[in-house]
Amino acid sequence: MVDASIPIHWRKFDERYRLNGNFCENCSTPYFPARPICPKCRRKGKLVERQMPFTGKIHSFTKVLVGPKGFDFETPYHLAIIELDNKAKILAQIVDSDAEKVKIGAKVKKVFRKIADNDAEGVIAYGYKFKVV
Amino acid sequence: MRSVSIIGYGLTRFGELWDMSLRELVAEAGLKAVENSGVPGEKIEAIYGGTMASGRLIGQEHIGALIADQMGLNPLPSHRMEAACASGSVALRNAMLAVAAGEHDIVAVGGVEKMTEVDTAEVGFALGGAGDMETELFFGASFPALYALMAKRHMHEFGTTEEQMAAAAVKNHKNGMNNPYAQFHKEFTIEDVMESGYVSTPLKLLDCSPITDGAAAVIIAETSIAKKLCEQPIEIIGSGQASGSLALTGRDNLTGIKATTIASNIAFKKAGLSVKDVDVAEVHDCFTIAEIMAIEDLGFFKKGEGGKATEQGKTAMDGEIPINTSGGLKSKGHPVGATGVAQAIEIVQQLQGKAEKRQVKGAKIGLTHNVGGSGATVVVNLYRRAK
Repeated sequence: MVDASIPIHWRKFDERYRLNGNFCENCSTPYFPARPICPKCRRKGKLVERQMPFTGKIHSFTKVLVGPKGFDFETPYHLAIIELDNKAKILAQIVDSDAEKVKIGAKVKKVFRKIADNDAEGVIAYGYKFKVV
Repeated sequence: MRSVSIIGYGLTRFGELWDMSLRELVAEAGLKAVENSGVPGEKIEAIYGGTMASGRLIGQEHIGALIADQMGLNPLPSHRMEAACASGSVALRNAMLAVAAGEHDIVAVGGVEKMTEVDTAEVGFALGGAGDMETELFFGASFPALYALMAKRHMHEFGTTEEQMAAAAVKNHKNGMNNPYAQFHKEFTIEDVMESGYVSTPLKLLDCSPITDGAAAVIIAETSIAKKLCEQPIEIIGSGQASGSLALTGRDNLTGIKATTIASNIAFKKAGLSVKDVDVAEVHDCFTIAEIMAIEDLGFFKKGEGGKATEQGKTAMDGEIPINTSGGLKSKGHPVGATGVAQAIEIVQQLQGKAEKRQVKGAKIGLTHNVGGSGATVVVNLYRRAK
């Protein structure tokens, strides 16, 4: 199962544990996850590593009742597209929050959680989820 | 660049086809297309296949080679194109470009998907690869969730309602009743859709296109050659393709698919036409919200008004612009790689006057709109009877 592969998770520790993306100093755009090339500036861009803010607000959300393989036991769960304080967007589950508080505009902050445990022999994958504050 | 026309077509029934394998599906659609075109197999010069996820769904790659082999057409050049749910249209477009460029005169295009060998959760995982595997699927976002995120935002910004989305499903199931190849021959009411159970809020079971097996094929030819082979060839008068960000988080906004507008502008410019000239259209309704966004992004209605227009019947068979006369992906079914080719076939039938009970009277200009993933690939084609 590719998503339980050790190399992928190892490569992504900084991204998934620390919200490290990058930032183009030429056009002042943050990117998460980090991009190999700034799509606006391309070769004129100057990408540097940058940690994203851990707080933001819900831009859109959904309650998932039928999930893909590996998420069956977790349903229902909330997924959201969150606009972080620096305007970068991130997709993540919303956890530990009263259902009525999960709405567009709600303020959220990142928490460290287990994401997936799909393969008996593979890695237990951790990463980011968000909760309403 | 030379003009290219469709001269024949064939398709299997769409549905849960337990006793047909992928290769049998392809052979049935391919043979029907060859017979329908009147062109003997020996005259075909190349094969373009479209399949999204055969590797994950049946463990088979190299579908182009499989098609040529199973159709008895070795040693023709044959390969498969993949652009998620737009695979079929991308195959058709590239086949068209090869003929337009003069590399070939007569080419076969076959789209196919075999989705029922594995269970629903596995299919969800396979289709999730049409989005961003690392930042969407990994966190539990399969396709209903991604389109649900767009629907929620569309409702928030424009007041679109679940009932308006349901109206698209009701219309498409009504249209599908007249499509002998459709997966579903069952009408639903708005209440049926509203009570069908949430898959990912606000999308319910009946807002979602089904899991389907099926294959669709067309034979295309340079237009002057086409006119000698076929009574009424259908010319592809404009084609546009565009890409968008793989993940939803890369989009400027979630209420539309920018690649649709870009691709359709290219197609209209090439054809020298505008959206007002279109008489009938097949758009990509993988979910009801996708049809509502599509009719806005293509320019049939203003952004935000697609829901109301659908509710008011403006896209019904007797409306000002019939959309998805075939029943759409919703009731016809969505064998992913075949969909783009099946959309073209519906338009061919409409423009040849052979759509029977689905016929839009006097249809002269047709449009197909095929989306990959949540909008990362879009192909828009325009068609007219070859003169």
